[in-house]
Amino acid sequence: MTFAGWLQAIVFFLIILAITKPLGTYMAKVFGGERTFLAPVVRPLERLIYRLCGVREDEEMTWHAYALSMLAFSAISFFYLYVLLRTQKWLPLNPQHFDNMSPDLAWNTAISFTTNTNWQFYSGESAMSYLSQMAGLAWHNFVSAAVGIAIAVAVVRGVVRTSVKTLGNFWVDLTRCSLYILLPISIVVGLYLVSSGVPQNFHAYQTVVSPEGFRQTITGGPMASQEVIKELGTNGGGFVNANSASPNENPSPLSNLVEMLLIFSLGAGLTYMYGKMVKDTRQGWAIFTAMAILFFAGFAVAYQAEAAGNPIVHAMGVSGGNMEGKECRFGVSASALFATVTTDTSCGAVNSMLDSFMPLGGLVPLVDMQLGETVFGGAGSGLYGMIVFVVLTVFIAGLMVGRTPEYLGKKIEHREVQFAILAALVTPVLCLVPTAVAAIVPAGLATLNNGGPHGFSEILYAFTSTNANNGSAFAGLGPNLFYNVLTGTNMMFGRFAVAIPALALAGALAGKKSVAESAGTFTTYSPIFVALLIGVIVIVGALTFLPADALGPIVEHLLVLQGKTF
Amino acid sequence: MLSQRRLERRPRARSLFDRPIVLRAVVDSFKKLDPRWQWRNPVMFVVEIGAAATSLFFVRDLANHSGNAGFGFAIAAWLWFTVLFANFAEAVAEGRGKAQADALRRTKSETTARLLHDDGTEERVPSTSLRKGDRFVVDAGELIGTDGDVIEGAATVDESAITGESAPVIREAGGDRSAVTGGTRVLSDRIVVSVTASPGESFLDRMIRLVEGAQRQKTPNEIALSILLAGLTIIFLIAVATLAPFSLYAGAHQSVTVLIALLVCLIPTTIGGLLSAIGIAGMDRVMQRNVLAMSGRAVEAAGDVDTLLLDKTGTITLGNRQAVEIITAQGSDPKEVARVAYLSSLSDATPEGRSIVALAQRQGVGDEEAPQGSAFVPFSAYTRMSGLDLVGGEKIRKGAPDSVIAWVRERGGDPSTEFASQVDRIARSGGTPLLLAQDDAVLGVIYLKDILKPNMRGRFDRLRAMGIRTVMITGDNPLTAATIAKESGVDDFLAEATPETKMDLIKREQMSGRLVAMTGDGTNDAPALAQADVGIAMNSGTQAAKEAGNMVDLDSDPSKLIEVVEIGKQLLMTRGALTTFSIANDVAKYFAILPAMFATAYPAMEILNVMHLTTPQSAILSAVIFNALVIIALVPLALRGVKYEPKGANSVLLGNVLLYGVGGIIIPFVGIKLIDMILAALHLT
Repeated sequence: MTFAGWLQAIVFFLIILAITKPLGTYMAKVFGGERTFLAPVVRPLERLIYRLCGVREDEEMTWHAYALSMLAFSAISFFYLYVLLRTQKWLPLNPQHFDNMSPDLAWNTAISFTTNTNWQFYSGESAMSYLSQMAGLAWHNFVSAAVGIAIAVAVVRGVVRTSVKTLGNFWVDLTRCSLYILLPISIVVGLYLVSSGVPQNFHAYQTVVSPEGFRQTITGGPMASQEVIKELGTNGGGFVNANSASPNENPSPLSNLVEMLLIFSLGAGLTYMYGKMVKDTRQGWAIFTAMAILFFAGFAVAYQAEAAGNPIVHAMGVSGGNMEGKECRFGVSASALFATVTTDTSCGAVNSMLDSFMPLGGLVPLVDMQLGETVFGGAGSGLYGMIVFVVLTVFIAGLMVGRTPEYLGKKIEHREVQFAILAALVTPVLCLVPTAVAAIVPAGLATLNNGGPHGFSEILYAFTSTNANNGSAFAGLGPNLFYNVLTGTNMMFGRFAVAIPALALAGALAGKKSVAESAGTFTTYSPIFVALLIGVIVIVGALTFLPADALGPIVEHLLVLQGKTF
Repeated sequence: MLSQRRLERRPRARSLFDRPIVLRAVVDSFKKLDPRWQWRNPVMFVVEIGAAATSLFFVRDLANHSGNAGFGFAIAAWLWFTVLFANFAEAVAEGRGKAQADALRRTKSETTARLLHDDGTEERVPSTSLRKGDRFVVDAGELIGTDGDVIEGAATVDESAITGESAPVIREAGGDRSAVTGGTRVLSDRIVVSVTASPGESFLDRMIRLVEGAQRQKTPNEIALSILLAGLTIIFLIAVATLAPFSLYAGAHQSVTVLIALLVCLIPTTIGGLLSAIGIAGMDRVMQRNVLAMSGRAVEAAGDVDTLLLDKTGTITLGNRQAVEIITAQGSDPKEVARVAYLSSLSDATPEGRSIVALAQRQGVGDEEAPQGSAFVPFSAYTRMSGLDLVGGEKIRKGAPDSVIAWVRERGGDPSTEFASQVDRIARSGGTPLLLAQDDAVLGVIYLKDILKPNMRGRFDRLRAMGIRTVMITGDNPLTAATIAKESGVDDFLAEATPETKMDLIKREQMSGRLVAMTGDGTNDAPALAQADVGIAMNSGTQAAKEAGNMVDLDSDPSKLIEVVEIGKQLLMTRGALTTFSIANDVAKYFAILPAMFATAYPAMEILNVMHLTTPQSAILSAVIFNALVIIALVPLALRGVKYEPKGANSVLLGNVLLYGVGGIIIPFVGIKLIDMILAALHLT
């Protein structure tokens, strides 16, 4: 590890810290229905949308209605993308004349983008028309992020409101998030990306002859506009297969930094928005602190593992860190940092090949996702996932001080615990059960490229990533009907089986009376609470996944030390 | 330590681990193996299924003469022990209540009652046939058949069967001391009682059911915690079930016995096994303080209380105020005034009245009898005066200043203002001024002094540290109340309290999101007792009050409220501490079992065997044994509750996280290592 390497992470984090408050304040205004500086431009458009769609702006929804609207919207947008992928051959903007996608792959892809996962069993540059990329995938990048943030806002309203049944209006939250937050940032940063060299055109691929004399195909397309929302909305689906490792998507160290900032920005901003909405910014900063500590812990392990390098390679007389699968432009530190950032959140974009990380370096992304991607997290899903953990922590801690546990004036009773534990159950069930099936059935092992613990890690990673709606891959695992169906199902449940209990939790909380605070109430922003919150996240995560992780990256690490590879 | 002394006299005052209780508990632990009983506790039910399954595998291995029968036997046996230990904890917790219920049942032996018909005739009927509204007669020496209100006469009653207090109490028709309890004995006089309880619903019946725990339902917090524990159990069930195919992939076949051992070690058996014992023991601790909680919910709510309404008299001050001074007007004869004060109090049996008589005698008034034919006017809450009506039509009154002044005015007098400053001075110093008047003239002021109970300030400080606000309730005027409040260190006070203002205060507190606890005894306290989140009725109080409250204090000691709150808090803390401990324990168990499971397939994993356990089998067995023994080791903690110190929430949290969280991570490393060393030393592995 080097000082410069750490400096990158620290500078990155300081910038995040600096934008958290202004962004959070702005988001609190947007979702509080207040007028913002963008109103003169955006407000007429917003009203037009409501008029066209018949949305009544002041209508409030119960958690059931909110969840149903969210599901209905997701279902419709899923079918829209499925149809688009199955008909792209006959539609315009297909200069490479790509064929229609096969049914199971189109199904998998449509779910993948609807659920903000962006798991890709296809290569963008050899399967997707520009129309599919732009009007299908990029559009989903916007709305799936907006759906996640809308759910988070509804959950926060549940914490804030007392003795009511409603959590806000899904359609309004969705529209406002897209128009006031996602679009403006995407337009501004998208222009920067274009200026830094990311393509934005409708050209067919160019074949050029390089100075060395070999022929090369340069992909084109509306790339910058999709790149920016890929990161901002923590989607992660690359325009091209190499994702942010490709110089077209991520040309320079500066664009690399900007992309990482985009990934964390909304998650960080949401914590401050949370503090604003609950009228105690310390509560938001407490959550931010827990996230920041987990982030640095993950980065430290990944960076250490990658910087230390491979002992087997060292034995051959090659010193230095593990550079396999990494871009020379970024190096060890920026690659480890990107990998941590992309899996702390539900982004899943990559600038290096995770499969080629050292076992412990690869363990970090895996564990990050197993912890429910609560470290800044996915667009919205990070915050509501965190609130679920906060409720569980409050329950256990509250008992220890001798009172019925309460959080921000709300008593945490059996209904809240029930919904929280239900949401927390989803990750272990959906990561472990399909992995167990795949590890023993022939179809699961058929497309596996590596054996031993590494092969096991690849399967575990696939289901962890799809369940967590991350979408990054350990590679080494080819698509087949088995994986298309299983990962597709997994993405669907990973999204909705957490979001619905979270909304139910919010509904239960919103209906509660507020109880008075006293010296008998423990503060939920103290260092001890933050430590306990981290403890619960790590222990619930670690204890559940330790056996699986032990048989994957951990044992592989021990074997690498003995000189064995797979 | 009054209640302590009473406890010693009581048949039920047994230690937690009395021989008979423990013996009975051992038997009950086996009875509770019945799956129909076990399934109510999902965590232990899973362990029982695991124990049954490992037993079957052991039998199969034995029949096949396959190698590992000894190991299988050891695991199966310890899993059964795990279930038995949890059962034992619950049985011991129930033990004291059961013993007590037996004693109460003996009291409830069949009695006959003398049913009184409307025409005045009596009929002997079994007391179980008495219905609500029936009237019956009880004479000296007879047992009272069932609960009721005295509607005629007065009697001394021995209530020791219920309260353990052997000093007889007076029960009389009308007023707040009219309630009698079935199973108690009339010592003197004859009373007529109107039945207020249907058969099987009497106080004694309810008490038996309560102490026995027959009606025990899970409390809201217990339900919430059970859901959490069930959720964790499902998570670990999945983690272990999927480990089987994972192991197959890794080429390390795992026996079902080993997987079950891992599962039992990971699921929260420590808290799961002790959860119901903690709840029962909490109720029992309340009971040991002679408070009868009508439900576990009430005890739990006590832990959440934010505001305590404390009656001044009996809680903050000793019940009896003492007369210390008789102030007379300039020029009047102090001795004559003292004589009037003496006469006014001669038939007044209250401690205050007696202290006035004693003071007058010290000031030279002789042993005079009340004049023939004079009539005593007792104190009532409405007149707020008492006194004597003499034969000649002269009337003497003493009482609250404003009442006496009004009374004198009514009689044509013009009460001078000369005593106003004296009244004010006494009130300001925390005393109670009584005006003494004869017909149309105020004669003087009697200074009654409140005696504060010792150590109350410290108690209120502790409550404040816990975040509980104390409000003193008193009928005194605001000046007196303010002084006593200041002296005793109570946070706030409600002066000149009436049932209505008390009720308003409770509602106001609840509106602002606080939970309120109070004590009460009178019928007019009943609505407030019902409104309060925790209402403790005094056993000496009326039937209505006892029905309205969710606890009854058999000692009728209002200061018990504070102890009940502490027990409620301790109950929740014990649950939280053991939950944390239970989850934290899992870390060490993983380090024991995982390397052992994969020792053959991946020898490199040996590096994770940080405890250097002897063999894979001894590692797994040690973890299982530790898991079982920790339950039995924590039974005393579960029954007595965790150490409780009244401190602010944040420091309590820190202390408990360090002790049960960090401690919970470290202790099993030591424990499992020790067990492994013992197993190795005994060559059992």
